[in-house]
Amino acid sequence: MKKEDEIKFDHNGDGIDRRGFLKCMAWAGTGTLCVMNGGVMKSFSLSRLGELDPAAAKGELSFVQISDSHMGFNKPANPDVIGTLKAAIEKINALPGNPEFLLHTGDVTHLSKPEEFDNVQQILKDAKVKDAFYVPGEHDVAIDEGKEFLARYGKGTTGSGWQSFDKNGVHFVGLVNVMNLKAGGLGTLGHEQLEWLEDDLKAKKSSTPIVVFAHIPLWSVYPEWGWGTEDASQALAYLKRFGSVTVLNGHIHQTMQKVEGNVTFHTAASTAFPQPAPGKADSPGPMKVPAEQLRSLLGVTSVNFVQGHKALAVVDTNLG
Amino acid sequence: MNRIVRIIGMGILLVAVFDCATSSRRQTNAATLASQQTAQEMAATVKIDNFSFSPATLEIKAGTTVTWTNLDDIPHTVVNDDKIFKSKALDTDDKFSFKFDKAGTYPYFCSLHPKMTAKVVVQ
Repeated sequence: MKKEDEIKFDHNGDGIDRRGFLKCMAWAGTGTLCVMNGGVMKSFSLSRLGELDPAAAKGELSFVQISDSHMGFNKPANPDVIGTLKAAIEKINALPGNPEFLLHTGDVTHLSKPEEFDNVQQILKDAKVKDAFYVPGEHDVAIDEGKEFLARYGKGTTGSGWQSFDKNGVHFVGLVNVMNLKAGGLGTLGHEQLEWLEDDLKAKKSSTPIVVFAHIPLWSVYPEWGWGTEDASQALAYLKRFGSVTVLNGHIHQTMQKVEGNVTFHTAASTAFPQPAPGKADSPGPMKVPAEQLRSLLGVTSVNFVQGHKALAVVDTNLG
Repeated sequence: MNRIVRIIGMGILLVAVFDCATSSRRQTNAATLASQQTAQEMAATVKIDNFSFSPATLEIKAGTTVTWTNLDDIPHTVVNDDKIFKSKALDTDDKFSFKFDKAGTYPYFCSLHPKMTAKVVVQ
């Protein structure tokens, strides 16, 4: 591994290695693997995966994240979101180490229509995973305040779809930040959900690794385009005492990551269409890219956790 | 207010003239033209394009029907802050109309992209 490809974060809880963060950002969209080990985070480009310790790459718990399948979208640059979602499932099925389950971080559908949900359910049947967990995006609650979404994916959840579960010693929390959005505002968790979260985390030891998943980023990616969550700081305050927190989001249709103290933030690519980098276009509308480029800008994310090694690896793979 | 009463009165009168089957061709033409003008005065449009409403501030008279058209390739909604009017999710080229009967300022936004805000001012 080249010296300049290595990123080390001073993990003392008070800051970000800005240079390292920018380096990680530069790889966004091309595929990045970040491994956290003993408080030091290292990044590798996907082409250098072979140099990684195979045990760390495989892990004891492996799961995948997909996001923003926008079933029903049919405009440029992707008139075939069914095809690209199927390609994403093929990628998942080809991953080494058999991911245990799948997280969908919202915008399952484009317009919350029953037939759009049906299509996604049909395609996801082919995913070789034991389980799937969903949180809604704003497109999934656009017509009926999320009734259709909850009827399909709300089993065992609280409120508008808040959920938590434990897998191999890792505590997972699914949050909903797309309900009751206010004029001029960002994503919102709301008082009731925050209280639920505080209560949910109470019984957990600080050494328990936490994975939080939600649609809109829980960090301020680009508030000018609404890419952030109004009251995320309160949620993060409840997560502060935990040694390892990984936050997985969607919404912005591009991979991006940031490390802040004990928290690693990561956004996944869409399986439907790319969106511009923050501020790089007049509006966050779908990016129109040549057909041959499209699949390189869509993708799936796989996450591996190795117990005892304090390691958590996030890998983005494009559909190209 | 007087003016509004006059406009409504004129509308009723014109409809009455228009409805009269025995009117001469010339009268009918004149009535059609006048009623078109009245309809134009009482209708307004807002474009949704590039993640913004335009005009951002629309000034209209009470009784005007406003029609929003989504020209973006992403769905948007038109939702009043006080939920007095609320569209469904508008896909590309979908329209939503609402008639404003009472004077006042009506701020609204897109509930999918809440950074998109605008207002209708009714006199």
